[in-house]
Amino acid sequence: MGAAEAAAQAKLRMDGVGRRFERDGKSIAVLDGISFDVSDGEFVCLVGPSGCGKSTLLNLMGGFLPPTSGSILIDGETVEGPDPRRILVFQERGVFPWLTVEGNIAFGLAKLPKAERQERVAHYVRMVQLEGFERSYPSDLSGGMKQRLQVARALAVNPDILYLDEPFGALDSVTRLVMRAELLRIWQTERRTIVFVTHDIDEAVQLADRVVVLSSRPAKVMDILEIDIPHPRNISSPRYLELRDDLLGKIGLAHSV
Amino acid sequence: MSGTARTFLALRPFAFLGFLLLLWQLAVALRPDGLMPGPVGVALGVGELLRHGLLLKYAVASLFRVTWGFLLAAVLAIPLGLVIGWHRRAEWAINPLAQIFRPISPLAWIPIAILWFGVGDLAAIFLIFVGCFFPLLLTAMSAVHRVPSVYLEVGRNFGLGGWDFVSRVLYPAVAPQLITGARITLGIAWLVVVAAEMISVNSGLGFLIIDARNAGNRYDLVVAGMLVIGLIGLLLDVGMRSLERVRSFRWSYSED
Amino acid sequence: MSSLAKSGAWERLFWPLLAAGLLVAGWHYSVVWTATKVFPSPLAVEQGLAQLLRQHVLWRDIGDSLRRVALGFCLAAVAGVPLGLALGWYPALNQVVNPAVQLLRPISPIAWIPVAILFFGVGDKAAVFLIFLAAFFPIVVACVAGVSNVPSIFRRAARNFGLSPLQILARVVFPAALPQILVGLRIALGVAWLVVVAAEMLAVDSGLGYLVIDSRNSGKRYDLVVGAMLVIGLIGLALDVGFRQVEKLPSVRWGSRRES
Repeated sequence: MGAAEAAAQAKLRMDGVGRRFERDGKSIAVLDGISFDVSDGEFVCLVGPSGCGKSTLLNLMGGFLPPTSGSILIDGETVEGPDPRRILVFQERGVFPWLTVEGNIAFGLAKLPKAERQERVAHYVRMVQLEGFERSYPSDLSGGMKQRLQVARALAVNPDILYLDEPFGALDSVTRLVMRAELLRIWQTERRTIVFVTHDIDEAVQLADRVVVLSSRPAKVMDILEIDIPHPRNISSPRYLELRDDLLGKIGLAHSV
Repeated sequence: MSGTARTFLALRPFAFLGFLLLLWQLAVALRPDGLMPGPVGVALGVGELLRHGLLLKYAVASLFRVTWGFLLAAVLAIPLGLVIGWHRRAEWAINPLAQIFRPISPLAWIPIAILWFGVGDLAAIFLIFVGCFFPLLLTAMSAVHRVPSVYLEVGRNFGLGGWDFVSRVLYPAVAPQLITGARITLGIAWLVVVAAEMISVNSGLGFLIIDARNAGNRYDLVVAGMLVIGLIGLLLDVGMRSLERVRSFRWSYSED
Repeated sequence: MSSLAKSGAWERLFWPLLAAGLLVAGWHYSVVWTATKVFPSPLAVEQGLAQLLRQHVLWRDIGDSLRRVALGFCLAAVAGVPLGLALGWYPALNQVVNPAVQLLRPISPIAWIPVAILFFGVGDKAAVFLIFLAAFFPIVVACVAGVSNVPSIFRRAARNFGLSPLQILARVVFPAALPQILVGLRIALGVAWLVVVAAEMLAVDSGLGYLVIDSRNSGKRYDLVVGAMLVIGLIGLALDVGFRQVEKLPSVRWGSRRES
């Protein structure tokens, strides 16, 4: 497709985005000239070393912080502030502990009539497989269940874009594998645009359509890798290992421990 | 932000205070026959107290009683509380009793205090002691519980025993919570001393307040006394808070 | 901590009862040994209280004290919680008002007694005013702290879902701060209970505090003095325990659980 058509189709466009922070009188650049596009319904991973500013980038995309240079466009409009059309899922402690599972999922649905709200809540409880826990409080749930609850709460308001900030980072490795499969299943059922931040290479190659590789601070886009393996992805397949190797190399990590 | 804007921001609280003082002065001016003094009258009253040397004398008397009562209570209650908190059965035995004694206002002890110690310093110190003992005891007991068992296991793992264990593991672990509890208890002590002095002694800031009123309706001195009480109470609190900030205690408060 | 011995619930009852029994026995015998004519024995206290109960005087005094605390405390909560929330929510407002609060707060409510009597005369209103003062400042401070300690993640999530600032305050910040606010209310109630006794000793002529001072002044009835002290202690404990039960409600309980 031509460049003009591609630009017109971009759901999310990052255009030379930069962000500086003031600390102790000094100005520190966290992000520098970030530019890339995300198409509608695409699953994009942002990968980079810890502390490189991935979360800051996500906060900018969500409208929680303004960029100090460049612009962020969603559907052609500049991002001005947080909006329920693009919901951020946090790494931990994102669910509201004083609300039940139902209460959390229904959080963004206050404007709906009661019957419709209840139906939606039930639908998403089922989707994230939390049946039986509707009246439970988050303190009774495991880490993985709390993250599922966050996703359900996010999806319930029908956002266009879902931002996920290392959502499985606080979970043990077994739960992480399960949650990745869960997320893919949900994504394939109700297609949204997803921007997923992680520092885990395998996670990126397993989940994403495209991987944006960020350098360490000040973060720049080093490369964009296309993952052309169809789902379900076999993590022992040669193509997978090849892409994984490629990504490792781009981040500049050694192959042996 | 420009320098003038910054100064303006810093001055706002003072402007607010000034505004309150103005309201007060106006309210008093509207009732010229009333006994209540305005801020000006109070300031003059403070000056008078300073000139007669009474302010210093009474403040010292009050602080003296608080110090003695508080320290006696601390020296007894804290080690006792740590030991009791450590042994489960001792805690089961003592905790309900302490919980019943604690809410008994120290002021309710006044008749007993006067009975045992007569009117005077000892009675006042006893009241402060009672007011501080139970809160400190309960704080120490609770502090022992809050020590993460990880620290205790590490101590045992490294073969620390007895006094070594107490001084190098237990004490540093409970110190932050003890200091917070001590700060709160000191606040109670300061509250109690005022009451104790109103009823059972002939000096001190509490006495000043009640005497100024009884012997001539000198409400300007009453309010002056109130302000000095407030000021000293504030200084005590700030002092304790800075203790909390001492490096080796600060770790416990940095939990997110 | 100590040995992980398997012990039934009966032990939890046994030890305190034993300790209480020892205490009462010790009390009784020290009274007997010192042959004091003034300090009451446990038996005397019990009889004195029974007498008050029969004369219906005890209930009236308890009712008076509780009523004043309830009134003063509720007024303090109604005034203090919204103010505390506002101060915590608008840092600019807090910066202006806070120094005034910090200056007034350490002035012992008891030091206010002469002023209270001047304004309200001797009686209920003065006592309620003193209790209001005693509870007001701890409540405000706790609310400010509660709001400030709400993790920013909750506020961000609320903004994300498109809530207006007022909605964020009501639906997210307030529930998130509630555990800490309740602790502040409980502590304020404790201070109020402490102060009501003082207020009743000096500014009114009924209630448990008055009972304590009056029993001594008019007849050296130390049995009633001690009896009143015990009643004060028990009611104070009941108030504290009752409040802690509120803190255990599920929509608040999460605030005191340590997530490991």
